[in-house]
Amino acid sequence: MQPQSETELSKMIADATGPLRIMGGGTRPIGRATGEALSTTGLSGITLHEPGALTLVAKAGTPVAEIESVLAAKNQRLAFEPMDHRTLMGTTGAPTIGGVVAANVSGPRRISVGACRDFLLGVRFVDGAGNIIKNGGRVMKNVTGYDLVKLMAGAYGTLGVLTEVSFKVLPSVEAEVTLALTGLDDATAIKAMSATLGSPYEVTGVAHNPESGLTQFRLEGFDASVAYRADGLAKLLAPFGTLEHVIADWATVRDVTDFAGRAGDVWRISVKPSDAASFGAKIGADAVRYDWGGGLIWALCPTGTDVRAAMGETTGHATLIRGTGQTFHPEPAPLAAISDGLRAKFDPRGILNTGIMG
Amino acid sequence: MQMPAPDTRVFDRKDQIVAQLRAVLPAAAVITELSETRAYECDGLTAYRCPPMCAVLPSTTAEVAAVMKICHDMDVPVVPRGAGTSLAGGAMPTADSVILGVAKMNDVIETNYYDRYIRVQTGRTNLSVTGAVETDGFFYAPDPSSQLACAIAGNIAMNSGGAHCLKYGVTTNNLMGVTMVMMDGTVVEIGGGHLDAGGLDLLGVICGSEGQLGVVTEATLRILPKPEGARPVLMGYDSSEVAGQVVTDIIQAGVLPVAIEFMDRPCIEATENFAHAGYPMCEALLIVEVEGSDAEIDAQLALIMKIAAKHNPVELREAKDADEAGRIWLGRKSAFGAMGQINDYMCLDGTIPVSELPFVLRRISEMSKEFGLDVGNVFHAGDGNMHPLILFDANKEGDLELCEAFGAEILKLCVEVGGCLTGEHGVGIEKRDLMHVQYDAPDLEAQMAVKDVFDPKWLLNAAKVFPLDASQTRRAI
Repeated sequence: MQPQSETELSKMIADATGPLRIMGGGTRPIGRATGEALSTTGLSGITLHEPGALTLVAKAGTPVAEIESVLAAKNQRLAFEPMDHRTLMGTTGAPTIGGVVAANVSGPRRISVGACRDFLLGVRFVDGAGNIIKNGGRVMKNVTGYDLVKLMAGAYGTLGVLTEVSFKVLPSVEAEVTLALTGLDDATAIKAMSATLGSPYEVTGVAHNPESGLTQFRLEGFDASVAYRADGLAKLLAPFGTLEHVIADWATVRDVTDFAGRAGDVWRISVKPSDAASFGAKIGADAVRYDWGGGLIWALCPTGTDVRAAMGETTGHATLIRGTGQTFHPEPAPLAAISDGLRAKFDPRGILNTGIMG
Repeated sequence: MQMPAPDTRVFDRKDQIVAQLRAVLPAAAVITELSETRAYECDGLTAYRCPPMCAVLPSTTAEVAAVMKICHDMDVPVVPRGAGTSLAGGAMPTADSVILGVAKMNDVIETNYYDRYIRVQTGRTNLSVTGAVETDGFFYAPDPSSQLACAIAGNIAMNSGGAHCLKYGVTTNNLMGVTMVMMDGTVVEIGGGHLDAGGLDLLGVICGSEGQLGVVTEATLRILPKPEGARPVLMGYDSSEVAGQVVTDIIQAGVLPVAIEFMDRPCIEATENFAHAGYPMCEALLIVEVEGSDAEIDAQLALIMKIAAKHNPVELREAKDADEAGRIWLGRKSAFGAMGQINDYMCLDGTIPVSELPFVLRRISEMSKEFGLDVGNVFHAGDGNMHPLILFDANKEGDLELCEAFGAEILKLCVEVGGCLTGEHGVGIEKRDLMHVQYDAPDLEAQMAVKDVFDPKWLLNAAKVFPLDASQTRRAI
């Protein structure tokens, strides 16, 4: 199925007799959905870009690349820096903006500016009964009714098929520098990262790679400001070593390309930064990467490793991004009941990406 | 404002209900005398009042859970209340309801600078959250005008904003976790010190649900390192069109000020008479504030001043020191008080696309003549969140109704140009019956379906947010 309009999509869903597997560009095979493929790529195109209002509205099947190029032409960008999963997952195709929203995909800048869901201003979607629903809008402040916008971000299509999304976009920056410390152990590196995030220097990326020994800090903004803050960081981090300018490669951090082609399961783990080093050490991983100042751990583990078993009292959650176990972290019973209840309301027949988040 | 008739089945059992509540709460925490319940008869929307059947002031999450379970089992409506500063009637009781106030719950539970969060009980005031961390160089970013008084519970319920959310976002962007008591007394923990939800973003839909999905008793809030400094600049222009263009140009230039505030002539005149801030008499005044080190501020302001100067300002004034910065903010911060000194006023908060600013201001001014009521505009221009203040005389028969009709027309205009009914105050009862303007039936149905899941009996703050006809069958259960 490849509907060419929202109305057509609505009819297809209403008439569907079995489960539907919703696809954008097909680049993020996270979780297992079964059923007939329903592609959103027929719903494509940027509906509105108003640079002076920092707003962009696009149909869900619009390629991310198209959006990024239109924004770049006006010196703007999607500030949450959506990850491209293709290299890690070994997929091809063109990632769509709807897929980014459905999986709430962000990148290293998430730690300073917020996640995809924080920039999402409005959605249109078709629920499991075929109803066309809108929520939010195109303005930056909107508390009119419940915020289903956030609920749809990261729902992996289980509450409805997105047809249109609107975003707050931000200006691109004049200058970007990446500074790095080398040779720190994980715990010390995370301490250093935390120190910068607790400083007024507005770092927009903080990542640690134990294999290369590089702990990276990104500064962005106007030239003079970046230079000033680089000085500040050097002083702040003096107890940890000498800060060196390095060639920025945040795409590698963002896309976890280091783990591509390496055997094993890939886990994405969200924990408090203060828990990150000890947790990273006890999951039996072949390799780990720390992003978001330690708040995000990417772990490459031997096939079949149960990372969640190590959680114990550690708060957070682990998602199996590449591998064949249970994809999403089981929720505590009362929350699972709410989630199941919401899915039953929005998709009463249980046909949208059935079981993908189970 | 129509409210559903009180449920006599509840009222007739008042003694029984109160006895049950007294069994789980200290004596002083259950308030039943009319002389005392009157204190809870309204919130910041003072035009509408109704004392509740009783009010309870629990001190712990366990006590809140016990109250909720009793009310759930006895089918008693509950209206949660933070500090009662809502401008939309979000905390207004019904005669058959129990007001559940969280004011006694105001402790700081944990501060964690390493992971940059603070965990508080939600009766704590917004400003005192910052107060708990500022000596260590941190702050809590959302800053509603009522921040001295308003509680975090209400901030979460209404997804409150403030003057500085252009850069830092609103409550939902700074909320990491909650402890919430469901209507049936179940206590749930959502999120915490880590980032991003594991499953569905329940936190996202709870924030801004106007106390209809549960009572949030504890919250984990993101705290941020304080910027090294901040400095405002004041600009005056001959027309709001030009001022609107300046806002757009600044935003497009790649500077992201922390605040861009706008005042029109009626507001400037009122505040000058009231606060004597030394504002220029002109059609439109902008206050633009940037943050950073001195050098960074200089660089950003140089760019902003250059843009501002291109549009022939009648005045362009950069704060040279803290005293001048204070004077620039003085008028803006006293604007509501100044307008209130002239007359009663109703404060709207529709949001519009920034590009529609000149058109909407012109239409408001035309409508002001049609309705014969004065209106002043003071608002967050960077994000299009307007605050038209309509002046009326509450003692003059029919004036309130006229004012509400005018307000409704302004809000419809906001929706027509691509905006929304409310940017940061919430729907409450005030904008409840206008929801049809922004949302079609299936849109409202989808939102109400969420409430069905959290509160199947529709006992929690039920007569708010959704037009009464739309929620009728659900509330009748």
